[in-house]
Order: sequence, then C-alpha cells, then structure tokens
Amino acid sequence: MKTAFSTLALLRPERPDEALALLRDGPLTPIAGGTDLYVALNAGLCPSRRFVDLSRLKAWRGIAATKDGGLRIGALTTFAQIRDDKRVARALPALCAAAREIGGVQIQNRATVGGNLANASPAADSAPVLLAADAELELASTAGVRRVPLGEFFVAYRHTALRADELIQAVLIPPQPGPSFFRKVGTRAANAISKVVFAGVRAARPRIALGSVGPVPLRAKRAEAALAAGADLESAVDALQQDIAPIDDLRSTAEYRRFVAAGLLRQFWQQTGGRRPAPSRRR
Amino acid sequence: MRFTLNGKPVELKVAPMRRLLDVLREDCGLTGTKEGCGEGECGACTVLLDGAPVNSCLVPVAQAEGTKVTTIEGLRGHTKLQQAFVTEGGAQCGICTPGFLLAASTLPRAASLEAVKQGLAGNLCRCTGYAGIYRSVAVARGGARAAPKPKPAARAKATPRAKTKPKARSAAARRSR
Amino acid sequence: MGKASTRAGSVGRSVPRLEGAAKVDGRARYVDDLSFPGMLHGRTIRAPHACGRLRSVRLGPGGLPLGLVVVGPRDIPGDNVIAVIEDDQPALAWGEIRHAEEPVLLLAHADREALFAVPAEVEMIPGAPVFDPLASPRVFKHIRIARGDAGAALRKAPVVVEGEYRTGAQEHVYIEPNGVIAVPENGGITVHGSLQCPHYVHKALCRLLKLPADKVRVVQTETGGGFGGKEDYPSVIAGHAALLALKARRPVKIVYDRAEDMRATTKRHPSIVRLRTGFSRDGALLAIEAEVVMDGGAYVTLSPVVLSRGVLHATGPYRCPAVAIDGRVVMTNTPPNGAFRGFGAPQTQFAIEAHMDRCAEQLGIDPVKLREKNAFRPGDVTATGQKLPKDTSALPVLREAVRRSDFHRKRKAWAGTGKGIGLALFFHGSGFTGAGEVRLASRASLELTAKGARILVGSTEIGQGTRTMLAQIVADTLRWPLSAIEVAPADTGLVPDSGPTVASRTCMIVGAILQRAARELKHKLGRLTPTQYLARHGALVVTKQYEKPAEIHWDEERYKGDAYGTYAWGCDVVELEVDPVTREVRPLKLTAVQEIGKAIHPGHSRGQIEGGSAQGLGWALSEEVVMRDGKMANAQLTNYMMPTTKDTPEFDVAILEQAYRHGPFGAKGVGELPMDGPAPAVVNALRHAGFDVREVPATPERLLKCASR
Repeated sequence: MKTAFSTLALLRPERPDEALALLRDGPLTPIAGGTDLYVALNAGLCPSRRFVDLSRLKAWRGIAATKDGGLRIGALTTFAQIRDDKRVARALPALCAAAREIGGVQIQNRATVGGNLANASPAADSAPVLLAADAELELASTAGVRRVPLGEFFVAYRHTALRADELIQAVLIPPQPGPSFFRKVGTRAANAISKVVFAGVRAARPRIALGSVGPVPLRAKRAEAALAAGADLESAVDALQQDIAPIDDLRSTAEYRRFVAAGLLRQFWQQTGGRRPAPSRRR
Repeated sequence: MRFTLNGKPVELKVAPMRRLLDVLREDCGLTGTKEGCGEGECGACTVLLDGAPVNSCLVPVAQAEGTKVTTIEGLRGHTKLQQAFVTEGGAQCGICTPGFLLAASTLPRAASLEAVKQGLAGNLCRCTGYAGIYRSVAVARGGARAAPKPKPAARAKATPRAKTKPKARSAAARRSR
Repeated sequence: MGKASTRAGSVGRSVPRLEGAAKVDGRARYVDDLSFPGMLHGRTIRAPHACGRLRSVRLGPGGLPLGLVVVGPRDIPGDNVIAVIEDDQPALAWGEIRHAEEPVLLLAHADREALFAVPAEVEMIPGAPVFDPLASPRVFKHIRIARGDAGAALRKAPVVVEGEYRTGAQEHVYIEPNGVIAVPENGGITVHGSLQCPHYVHKALCRLLKLPADKVRVVQTETGGGFGGKEDYPSVIAGHAALLALKARRPVKIVYDRAEDMRATTKRHPSIVRLRTGFSRDGALLAIEAEVVMDGGAYVTLSPVVLSRGVLHATGPYRCPAVAIDGRVVMTNTPPNGAFRGFGAPQTQFAIEAHMDRCAEQLGIDPVKLREKNAFRPGDVTATGQKLPKDTSALPVLREAVRRSDFHRKRKAWAGTGKGIGLALFFHGSGFTGAGEVRLASRASLELTAKGARILVGSTEIGQGTRTMLAQIVADTLRWPLSAIEVAPADTGLVPDSGPTVASRTCMIVGAILQRAARELKHKLGRLTPTQYLARHGALVVTKQYEKPAEIHWDEERYKGDAYGTYAWGCDVVELEVDPVTREVRPLKLTAVQEIGKAIHPGHSRGQIEGGSAQGLGWALSEEVVMRDGKMANAQLTNYMMPTTKDTPEFDVAILEQAYRHGPFGAKGVGELPMDGPAPAVVNALRHAGFDVREVPATPERLLKCASR
C-alpha cells in the first residue's frame, strides 16, 4: 500500500449533470469500478489527490436496444452485465466473449466498459471488439454531448480524445453486417493480460482490430482493404504486418505478437465463412 | 457512512478513498479478509458486495455505502461447503481460503466443473493445485468423497501392463491413421 | 481418552485437518492479523543498483514525521550478519552493495501512510555487475562426485549423447507475503512471524542482537504458505523488525507488500546443466558426465546445500557404473536465491529426464524401455556408493504410471496431432543430505496432559498438514484416539529444536523421533491413565533426540556413502496440447504415481502431490522471473504467471507404499518429490508433439523460437 488513502478526497455526485459540473471545475480523476485505478494507487503510481465517483450515476448504467437495431451500452455498465446480456449475445457475441475473459469474476463484477476504454491501455480487452464493431462513444460535458467514433478515440499511448472536463456517457454499437470473432491470447488461460487481442467482423468490407500490438488498440486498415478488395488471405496477412507495430516487453516479444496476429487473422477468416461473407451465420 | 456488514448495520467515520479491505480489517476488526497482492489478481481479499464477489483491495470504502457487505466471518448457510474445505483438502495453508469460500458460495448449484473453474479463476491458490478445492465444492453439493487409497508398491510391480483393451479411439487418433 | 485400543487407528486415514475449522471461518490468525499495543510499522530502504558502493542515504526533503524511528548499521548491537551458513550477508549493507534491493536503512512509525510517504534517496557509486553465472568470477561452492572413470567409459561408449539444459528462477508465490512482528519484552525480544523454521530465526537473532538464547523467542503464527520461501528469508525480516523494535522500545510490524516480497526475497536457483552420456547399443547406460552450474545470487545463504542436493540427484534414478559430476554455485549481482521446494533436485532432474528422451530417440529405443533398463533396483549402487534399500521403487512407479495413463497407446495415436504425451521418472532423498541429520540432532517432546498428550516440536504447519500428521503418528503409537493429542504452538520458548521444516524431513525424521517419545511415554504410563499418572507422579515430559540408523555412513570430504537415509520415488506423465496458431500449451492431464513409504494422511499426501505438481507445471510453462539490470521487472502477480484454475489440468494421483524401516509406520518424505517431475514430463511431451525444447519455462515465445521438428 504505497498511497496515503486517507488523505485522498472523493466527491460523490448523484446525477450526471452534477458530475460534469464538478469536472468542469476540476481537476478531478474519475473513478468508476476502480479496478485499474486502485492497482495504480496500491503501487503508488497514481499522483491524483482528488477523485470523482461515478458509481451513483445510474442513468449511465445499463444496456438498451436502439431504434436502428443496434445497442447502447451505458459507460458504467460492468463486464458482468455485458457478459450475461442476451441482447449483446445476439448482436455482438464477440463482446460477451471479451467480457468473459476480462480478469476473474471479481473484476468483471466491478470493471466498467467506460473505464476500460478511458484507461486506454493498449491491452484493453474490450477495445478491439468495439473497434471492429465500428462503435461510437458519447462524450459528455457541461457543454453538451459529442459523438466520437472509437477509431478516433485512442490518440497515443494511454492518451484519448477525452477532454479533462468530459466523461464517456455511453458506447453505441450499430447493427453488425456479419459474424463477429474474438480471441484473446493472454499470458495464461485466465485472469491474464493480453499479449494479442484480435477481433473481427466478417462483411463485404471486413473490419479487423487488434490490441497489444501497438501503442493503442487499432484497426488493421491495410489488411481490411486487402480483404475487401478480394486479395488472397496471405496478402492480407502481409498487409496486417504493416498495420501493427508490436514491441518486446515484460509479457511477450514483437516476433511472437506478429506470428500470433497473422495466425489469428487466418483463423478469423477461416472460421467466419468461406469465400463470401455469410452474415447470417454465427461463429 | 453506513452499510450492512454481515447482516448488521454499521456506521463509520472513515476517509472515502480508503480501501474497503483496510476498513474491514482495521476499523471493523474483521481480519478474515486477507491481502495477497493489492492488484486484484489473487482474490484473497474477496468479499461479497450486494451478493457479488469483488476484490476489496480495489474498492474505495465510499462505494460500499448503502450496500450489503459479506465477509468470511458472516458467511451463512454454507456450512457444508466450509466443512468440505476441511475434510476434502480445499484448505491447506488457509490464506486463500476465505476468498475461495466467498467466491464459491456464489456458484450456481448445478455448475459444471468448467463453470466452477471459470467462477474461481479470479482466486489464486498455491498449495492445492485447485484439485482439493473442486473436490470440496463437489462434496458440499452431495457428491461422493474420493479419498485416495494408497496401495503397496510391490503390488503395483506385479500388476500386469495394460492388458485391458483401449477404449474407442479418440478423434485425434483416428485422424492420425 | 480411550484405554480401549480396539478402534481403528488414524494413520492411513484422511482425518479432518486439525486447524481446519479456524481456516474456513476466518478465525485463523496470520501475522498481519495481529496487533500489539503501541505497535509501529516498519519500512526497509533498499539499494537502487545491482552493485557498487553505498554513498549516502538521505531522508527528506521536507520535515520527517514526528516519532520516526531510524535504524542504520551502527544501531546493530551484535554482528551485522544474517547467520545462515557463512557470514557474508549483512543485515544492513553499508560499504559494498552486492544486489539491487539490498537493505541499507530501516524506518518505523505508528502511521503506516506517513511512514511510506517519507522520501528516501539512496546514492551509490555504481560498479560493474555480473549477471551471467557462466561469467562469474566467484564460486560459492564446488562439489565433485566421481564413480569409476567416466572419461574413459565415454570414449569407449558406442553411443554418446550430449546436451545442455536450462531452468529459470521461480518465485514461491505463497499467497501470504513475508511478515513479522517484533515485540520487545522481558529484556529481550519476541518475534511473531510467518515462517518455516523458528529456530533458524532464533539463531540469527541471537547473533544480530547479541542476546543470550533465553532472551530471544520466536513464535510462528499461522503461515500462509512457504515452499522454502520462508526457510531462510524470515531471518532477514525478523532481524530488521527486531532492530527497529529494540530501538523504538515498541512492537514493530513489517509485512511486505507483494511487489517488495517479489523483488527482495529469494527465488529458485536458475541452472545450466550440461550432460554427456554413453550407452551401449542396446541402451545400457555406461557413463554420465554432468556439469552443473547454479546461480546463487549475491550471497551464499543456502546455496552450498542446494547445490549438494542438486548434484546428488544429477544422475536421475539410474544406475551407471561411471559417473563424473562437477557442480558449482556461483555469485551474481542479483538478490540471493534460496530454498525452494526440491532444493536443487528439480533442476538437475529436469536435465537428466529431458536428456533421457533425447537419448531414447537417438538409440531408437522406446523411452519407457530405456528407463526400465536403467532404473535403479534395490541393491543397486548410486554415484556416491550408496547401496539402495528394498524400498527402491523406480520400476513400480514407472510401470504404474505407464499403465494408468495408457501411455503407449496415446504415444502412438497422438503422433502428428498437436497433442503430446511425455513422462519423467524421478526420486527424492528424504531428510537432510549426508551427515546433516546427525549435525541437526533434532529433538522432539511429548508432554502428558489430563486429556492425553501434547506434542512439542519446532516443526511448523505451513499448510502441508504437519500438525495433523504428527498427531496421527503419536495417537496411533499410543493407541489413543486422535482427539487425545494436541499440538503446542511452534514457539521457541516452549518447544525443543526439531530442526527446520524443510527437506521433506518432518514426517520421516521428526515423526520418528516423536514415535520413540510416544513409546517411552506409553511405557512410563504403564497401566495408569494420564490423570492417574499426573496425580501420582506429577508432570511427565519425554524428550527424544534423532538417532542415526547404524547402517548409514557418509563421508563429507569425499562425497561418498549414504547421501540420504532413503528416497521417495515418482513418475509423472503429462498430456498436453499445443495450439498451432498461438503455440500456447494446454496441459490436459497429469498422472502422478509416487511411492512415499506410508501415507500417514492420504488426503494431505495427495494434496502435496497435486499442489507440488501444479507448482512444477507453472515452472515448466509460464512462470518466468524477468530480470532487468539485476532487478525483477515483473514483480506483480499480474505479470508473474502462476497457474490459475483454468491453467491447471486434471490430476490422476496414485500413492504407492513401500515401507522405509526407520520411518514412522514406514513413512518417507513427500513434500518436495512432486516438484521434480512435471517440468521434464512437459518438455518430453512437447518433444512428442514436435518441439525440441530444452529450457523452462517453455513459453509460447520459446516454442516459437525452437525449431519445430
């Protein structure tokens, strides 16, 4: 325990507008499920002294179907809720699969989708699925709400498009044009940090996203373009190697990550159908 | 702040960002909840927050306000499970045991072994290799005890080598021929 | 208390763990659960670089909290050493720094948050560190074992196979980190702590604090796992807390957080083993030449004895007329490596067992047949000249493991499928090496109580079942019910020195001493009940000391003779699957057949085998200590990967028994044996699946690099 917890201040707004007003007058560090923040605090790696608790903002918790047939997931929805939700299982099963592999049950009961994205770890397990799903975020401030495609949200290593006075309010997932695929390759079989996360949506213009292979979770645009243009799988694999920039770190090597990323692209393509996209078929 | 602790209302004056773990151990005197890592990795600090297992080393005590917190000291209605951890080898050194018991107490009754593994994947045990824990969960649900039966080495020596017909070949085996 | 002895005994039955109830309802008190009036918290300031000279330690800037207690080397009343084998390791370093995280200054304060907020800067003149053991200029211990002329035998051998095998460091990951509370009292000090060996700590404290033995008391608290990690290190942390407590005149608690525990405390010795073996064409082992190098880290600690056990197991369980083993443990500028379940034997047996499968391949002989041909039989002679006793069970465990696992069929059927099956045959000497038990001269006492008897031993319960097992031995020897026996706390103020709780010795050695004490107690009691005896004669305590069986001889100078009283035997079969896309290895099943003399408590013995096997699988597959500049870079449970529920396979455990004549009810040791088999069985299964890997952990990254065959 390397942080003096009793000296830290916490504001506990009841409603989103109160939270946003507090944040405008900041600076404040938001806390939702605390599963990343408290790891940093315990290790003495979080210098913030003042925090704002989002856990009471009930309006931002929960999953709803949208008119266009997509989903709207409140930023404070936990991965346990996502994991067990039938609508998510129908609309984007890959997201349920990702939720199931985030930490153990204890983490899934606390960690929120908004927190996972805002924390902006390149290894965030939910980010690749949501990127491949073409998700958008609603970012709220006292000035109003703006919509930002998730693809524009991660700007640099651990940096996002979120302003200091903004909070993620919801994740919007449009209807998916084809079957989704998710695979996390972690440091062990459970309760692991990913070495490579791969998510894909099979469609005429396939969408592919990866985590832990660059400074931010990313869309593999070259590989997507190659596949959309009808190139053969191995050309897409070559293109994928241009999309990613993995490094050697504590958990793995760049060489291994490239090998696995290539293998997962092949697996995605083989498992989600023959030559033509088959939107009706589930993985 | 107020919350319900093991069925009883408590009122505390505590700094809001203190870890629920520390407040339980230091302010409430309930030391059955253990700290193993401070990273939410080992699950030794597992408590139930409104019935759901969480890592109390990652919870600011303020977020427990108005909730029902259950620690090992207040685990009720799971005597069979606790007893089975004693008799079936679920507990060895015992430091992870409170966390395992709380996590295991929330498993659905009919959970398969795979589901038990999934449900307990957030708890680390270094003594048992988890086998004794699965046996304990199974026996608590009325499963048969499976005590090991040592046999003399000499008899093993005399045992003829696998004469029994191999069972139906696996799919993998068929592929390879 | 039953006079009638008609009931079935408890030995051989899986009775409930004695302290089990307290462990499942939260009542069991571990060190961090205890608090003393006026207690302070302690903190250790550590060296930032792997080697060099210490220049200064500065506290601040800013005001220091009122009441801060500071202890430096000058505050040490006795010798500034951690007394283990040699006196090279200081309690607080002051001139030369030999490893990062070396303690240089101690602080204590009542407010833990204020204590950890004190800025501390350690300045060093960095030196040139050595991290590669093969480049180390300093040898802590060199051991040679020779039998026959291995060089000549290798020159003549028709088939010679060579290979180099490496194993990495391993962290114990007891779920309860190291911790102690030192309480100044009665003109001396009492230390309560999470530890395996109270008398080791006692000895170290007397030396450090310059206190007579009766002024130092060490009390083991309920201990959340040890695995060797609480054998030698508690002497360091207890010394620190005691120094602070004596200066502050108040109790001081030091409990490491996980990161400090992982960075600063001991690990399993990394090893490099080079083997050359000569065979006849039909697979008879003619010669073994082994070079063993172990990385001791910065100080000697227990390295000489780790090396000793390593080289004594380096031939594996195989008879061989010509053996030359050359082992050394060397210094590097990393935190000292120390005791860890198996104590050198897992490293050398990894090498020989991985090597044997390569030999089988080159000879064109089935790996089971090759082992059957060469495995020790009763009456065979080991490399040190020990004639093996009747309870030599290499063949029974091998045959049972092969049968139970359906090895031959799977071996054939799985070829080319991505699945693999492999086995390892191994043995483990029970008790201290060579004359070690004679030197320890362990004692154990039994005290008559109104209810029955109380066991007084320094042996500790660390999860393995010591309390229950010793009570079973005593109960059955006295023919009393188990409920008549209680076990005193491991408190040096109460119990005699029964030797350390290490080396798979507690049951076989301490259990046997207690059995003799029980027999004498029974004899003294005659026909009286305990109550009658106490009323008529007063208190009765029987103390017995270790007696060396007459036939055991050991020559320490020449490394000749009976290295161990006896050995336990094991064979593991690992079945696994390699993911073709990710090279992730999924262990599917581990069959463990282990001959342990007599399973006093079969359930707890199985628990040892399963837990040890899981720890062995972690070492084999995922547990990697990443060192950068002499510091552990992945000192978090998030980044050091011990197995979870989903990483651990099904275990099929079979316990075989072949009585050892000097063990209680025939028992031998079981604690360490299970650690020896999994790693070589894993690499042999990987070899079967097409991967030529000779180093553990066999991570997916390593499998990617090793040529797929």
